[in-house]
Amino acid sequence: MLKKIIGLSALLMLSASTLASEVNVYSYRQPFLVEPLFQKFTDKTGIKVNVVFAKKGMAERLAREGEHSPADVLLTTDISRLIELHEKSLLQPVTSSEITDAIPSQYRAADDTWFALTTRVRNIYSAKRLGDVELSYEDLADPKYKGRLCTRSGKHPYNVALVASMVATNGEQATLTWLEGVKKNLARKPQGNDRGQVQAIHQNLCDLAIGNSYYFGKMLTNEEQKVWADGVNINFPNQANRGAHVNISGMGMAKYAPHTKEAKALMEFLVSAPAQQLYAETNMEYPVRAGVEKSALVASWGEFKADTLSLETIAKHRKTALKLLDQAKFDL
Amino acid sequence: MSLGRKNPFWRLTSWILALVLILPVLVMLIASIGSSDSLFSHLWQTVLPTYIENTIKLSAYVVMLALLFGIPSAALVTQTNIKGRQWLRWMLLLPLAMPAYLVAYLYTDLFDYAGPVQRFLRESFGWQSANDYWFFDIRTLFGASVVLALVLFPYVYMLTRTALEQQDRNLIRAGRTLGLSASKAFIQIGLPLARPAIMVSATLVMMETIADFATVQYFAVNTLTTAIYDTWLGYGDMAAANALASVLMLFVLFVVVAEQKSRAKQRHQSSRPSKETELICLSASQQALALSFCWFLVIAGFLLPITLLISMAIKYSDIGQFKALTDIGMNTLYVSGIAATISVCLAVFLSLYKRMHEDKSAKWPLQLSGFGYAVPGTVLAMALMATFAPIDHWLNDIAVLLSLEKPGLILSGTVFAIIFAFVVRFAAIANGTVSAGIDKIPASLDFAPATLGAGLLATIKRVHLPLLKPSILVAWLLVFVESMKELPAVLLLRPFNFETLSTFIYQLISDEQLEQGAIGAIFIVLFGLLPIIWLNKDKH
Repeated sequence: MLKKIIGLSALLMLSASTLASEVNVYSYRQPFLVEPLFQKFTDKTGIKVNVVFAKKGMAERLAREGEHSPADVLLTTDISRLIELHEKSLLQPVTSSEITDAIPSQYRAADDTWFALTTRVRNIYSAKRLGDVELSYEDLADPKYKGRLCTRSGKHPYNVALVASMVATNGEQATLTWLEGVKKNLARKPQGNDRGQVQAIHQNLCDLAIGNSYYFGKMLTNEEQKVWADGVNINFPNQANRGAHVNISGMGMAKYAPHTKEAKALMEFLVSAPAQQLYAETNMEYPVRAGVEKSALVASWGEFKADTLSLETIAKHRKTALKLLDQAKFDL
Repeated sequence: MSLGRKNPFWRLTSWILALVLILPVLVMLIASIGSSDSLFSHLWQTVLPTYIENTIKLSAYVVMLALLFGIPSAALVTQTNIKGRQWLRWMLLLPLAMPAYLVAYLYTDLFDYAGPVQRFLRESFGWQSANDYWFFDIRTLFGASVVLALVLFPYVYMLTRTALEQQDRNLIRAGRTLGLSASKAFIQIGLPLARPAIMVSATLVMMETIADFATVQYFAVNTLTTAIYDTWLGYGDMAAANALASVLMLFVLFVVVAEQKSRAKQRHQSSRPSKETELICLSASQQALALSFCWFLVIAGFLLPITLLISMAIKYSDIGQFKALTDIGMNTLYVSGIAATISVCLAVFLSLYKRMHEDKSAKWPLQLSGFGYAVPGTVLAMALMATFAPIDHWLNDIAVLLSLEKPGLILSGTVFAIIFAFVVRFAAIANGTVSAGIDKIPASLDFAPATLGAGLLATIKRVHLPLLKPSILVAWLLVFVESMKELPAVLLLRPFNFETLSTFIYQLISDEQLEQGAIGAIFIVLFGLLPIIWLNKDKH
């Protein structure tokens, strides 16, 4: 009996000590996606991962917490958030050849403060009844699509980034004219989410919709939503010229991270081939690490040309994009 | 004459408590100084006029609809022989357990063009497109108003019902002896006497509507709250966001003061409720009308959404969530229960202070402490961070000076911040409910015990608190349920690995997969039902 107790407490102490190291994450990404990754990381390293899932205000929280902040690693869903953290000096550079070797230079900060983990394309979905179409973002303002276009709110970060890329490419005035044209083509006031637009195409309310690539995969693998997705083609816009607009999800290390060693380990893990593979499979995004296979479904949509416009430039034009959306009264 | 005049401790504590509660709001006001003019003029020239118009219309519609739903239903179950009134009496409270953003999600999904209802109609009648038929557009200002009113009317219903049930029947009887019919006596005497409670509930509904963000977003309706989010998260201008939030709060302040003024001259009525109420007898047609009205509210506000959730849960959810959900549920109960208890204690303390002190300033602690309600949860959370983070830093610096271990962010980084946010945000509910209850205690009862030699504490303990019990219970319940449903503040303030039911559901909704969170949503409703059932079990 005594032996048992000693054995048990030794075991408990052992497990406590292996879990003594930990890493704290502030995440914009959803639990279902990152939790399996964290679990794998803990299994591999024994480092416990604590998470706060946030949607808004992470940068403010971090800034307020200052040097006492418990946060180590930050995960975001969009380039603007990373740049925001960078601009507020809330990140620190991470020197790791494991990370820099894995991620192409256009998908990380020049000063190594942030890194992309996956890329996602802003696609145009078209109704199958339209047949095969070649589309550019500019075409969305073409009067021939009057009353045939659906989208979510223009103010959603994904759309803001797209508009910002238009500003960078075509200039402010042209983008405003474009937005006004797009607004005229809307079948209904901007509303709902990306999947909702595809559902609306399926229901014959519109012919074209703007949406992120991974939703297509998600719908195809969802019993109820498969019929919506079956009614549309996924188009990669602007293949004849600059290429499709691409956004990223990414990560950075907090400036005052109390567990830098563990944080670095986690970041290195997230760009490792198995983790990137898991990202690609679970969320149907494009892995940034070269040599990691896309999910079979994603691969079936074919190769495409991506806009090479730098992510920093897109983030820089964000506020202008918002102003133009206001001016065009896009959501009203 | 006032009993508490010689009690400096009470006065000091009241003011300190009120200041602590209003501190985040003050921090927010101060932070709005120095906001950029150019952003305002841009917003003003583009979208702001529409946002303001929408905000005013939305709050007006929601308040009107909530009164239209709440007052008649309260009257029917307390004053008439409506069939099944014992059931309806508590079933009309059920929509309170439904978070507005959840109902909004379910209803927009249901009645959308691509939703099952319109799909069914198109398939049945062979319609091809939207041009072939007319169907109401759910994603409009009016659609949002109806859905908000459906989940907010229980405030009106609950406070009105409590007021009516506690009414001195002798006043009605006096009216009857003077020749009034039962229904006329109710309309001419009973209803006007319930006015303080009705006004309080209308103010609560309005504040809740103004602070809402998630619900109107589903309806694609842009309000001032949208502008606050845009300026803060989009334009990154926290100062301008605070300025807009301050404008919003001033608007609410105006309404609150107007409401207070409108009933300032009301006298306290005696409170001698009696069990034997003379019920108004409804004719068969009236009975049918009344029943369909009440059941419409119960079905639309509760039964339909819960049925949708249950069917989703059966279809999608895996039972493995159960354990995690129980833990999350316990977290939720814990923070909401503490917040409700603190809020109610504060409300009783401050309301009694106001009553027992005649000087004009005595009402201020009570009023000031309620301002947080009009502040959208996210803005409040930011204000709380701005308030507590410096204190935390200061505490850590002291610890370092004394060579102690650093305590970390013990105020801004723990559940303390969440509970504090709940109390600040929902103090207005507790204050309104408790003080409306206190207003009904006759002034003479403050002094009668003194003539018998009872002290202040004894008077409060033996006279006021027992008489206030129903109001206290209602206040506790309202704050509890609201805290449980509150989302944005928790989302922003929670510590590591801490989820509440609302954040759990929201994660899934925001990822467009409520189906998988349906069990969680049912949990939130069930936990919300517990206090409702408990509150009703020993009545009648």
